[in-house]
Amino acid sequence: MSEHKAHGGKHHGFAHPASVKSLLLVFFSLIFLTWLTVFQSTLELGSAELVVSLFIATIKATLVILFFMHMLHDKPLNAIVFLSSFIFVALFLGFVLMDAHGYKDSYEFKNVDSAPKIVKTTE
Amino acid sequence: MTSHAHDSHDAGHGHGEHGHNPFLAHHFDDPEQQFDSGKLGIWLFLVTEVLFFSGMFCAYALYRSLHPEVFTFASQYLNETLGAFNTGVLLFSSLSMAWGVRCAQLRQRTGLVICLAITLGCAAMFLGVKAIEYTHKWDLGLLPAGEYISQFLQPAHHAGISPWLYYLSAVPALCVLGFAAWYVVAVTTGQKRTAEVAGPLLVTALCYFLGVFVGIAFQNAEAASKAAEHGVAEHGVAEHGVAEHASVAHDEGHDHAGDERDDVMLVSHSDVPVVPGAPELAAVDQAGGAGVFFSIYYCMTGVHAVHILGGMAVLAWLLVRATKDHFNEEYFGPVDYVGLYWHLVDLIWIYLFPLLYLIK
Repeated sequence: MSEHKAHGGKHHGFAHPASVKSLLLVFFSLIFLTWLTVFQSTLELGSAELVVSLFIATIKATLVILFFMHMLHDKPLNAIVFLSSFIFVALFLGFVLMDAHGYKDSYEFKNVDSAPKIVKTTE
Repeated sequence: MTSHAHDSHDAGHGHGEHGHNPFLAHHFDDPEQQFDSGKLGIWLFLVTEVLFFSGMFCAYALYRSLHPEVFTFASQYLNETLGAFNTGVLLFSSLSMAWGVRCAQLRQRTGLVICLAITLGCAAMFLGVKAIEYTHKWDLGLLPAGEYISQFLQPAHHAGISPWLYYLSAVPALCVLGFAAWYVVAVTTGQKRTAEVAGPLLVTALCYFLGVFVGIAFQNAEAASKAAEHGVAEHGVAEHGVAEHASVAHDEGHDHAGDERDDVMLVSHSDVPVVPGAPELAAVDQAGGAGVFFSIYYCMTGVHAVHILGGMAVLAWLLVRATKDHFNEEYFGPVDYVGLYWHLVDLIWIYLFPLLYLIK
């Protein structure tokens, strides 16, 4: 804000340029985690597969948010605003899934495009 | 550098206290306040984006919780290699975007132009690969619920380039011609700054075709390895059991496939391994089953692709402003905001990739 800041070159005012090193480190971590998630999909993890892949995706998302989106150096208000959206997403998905199996019947296969033949053959 | 900005812009506002920043709107005290307000605004916009996408994630979660076998079945038609490649491309574009923000903050004009060009190029390459994925699926009848064609009723035709790809590529092809002409004119008439805009845009349009070629190469490699695996030239359709039937029906042509449904059912019935306790494959492999998966797939990836296109539009706008040297350590907000949006688009893909492609 003061005059000398703009012309000094050393000070960047309210700008906090990320270091090239940290950007590259985050990028290669993200590539490694992508490889890891592809690798884990080849393992026979059964029902844990979804949890593991979502866990890896969440680590990647955290890295992107903290470093690429600079949340680490951002104002707390911005972080609260953004992260609060996930509370509402959790509420949304949570409430929908909570009673999903209560109306499972309406989600049975309709055989929309099938000839009656198929239904007969299979049942 | 800054003198150029002074000369070419008769910004009426903010000249009193901060004459060096022509983009300070008069209702803000200082550049920092302007930046913080814009930043809060873009975060709020990202909140609406997250909530908007959560509707589609909700459809996904609901359908997957009710019919996990559909996802296991349908996911085999998605090309994991291309999905992983595209993830890498998007991550790299995020890196160049974040680097671009750094360049803007450090007044590295050329660096910013290069970073924006790389980001745009990666976005176009992503769309090129996506075009290959989409058109291949359209050829195979892997379409949204209403149009879905059962994979065991109708043999997949075709290797080679989809006719749909020509339609999809028409716009990028026109862009290549247009930007190339623009670039040549700019260079020959010595308009350096215009050339700095036209050049990256030309590269971007070309990157779409680079993505297309990468997609074709990966797809051919995959089809070849599959064919070798099964010993039949089966064009990389579903894995099990149908090979013998497919080769028969293929000769008869696709239009008559319906006449043979009984045979197909018998073949698929006996040979195809089914998830224990799950509905029959015939029930899964139909519009009301796998078709709904593809509705969800096209909706999520399609809306994501529209976001990529939107991102490219604002990146092009940033590119123009970057060549005009508008950004510095006090005024880098637009680059930062577009960056945040771009990273969010990347974030969504980070979740889409394992959720759609990596189901086993």
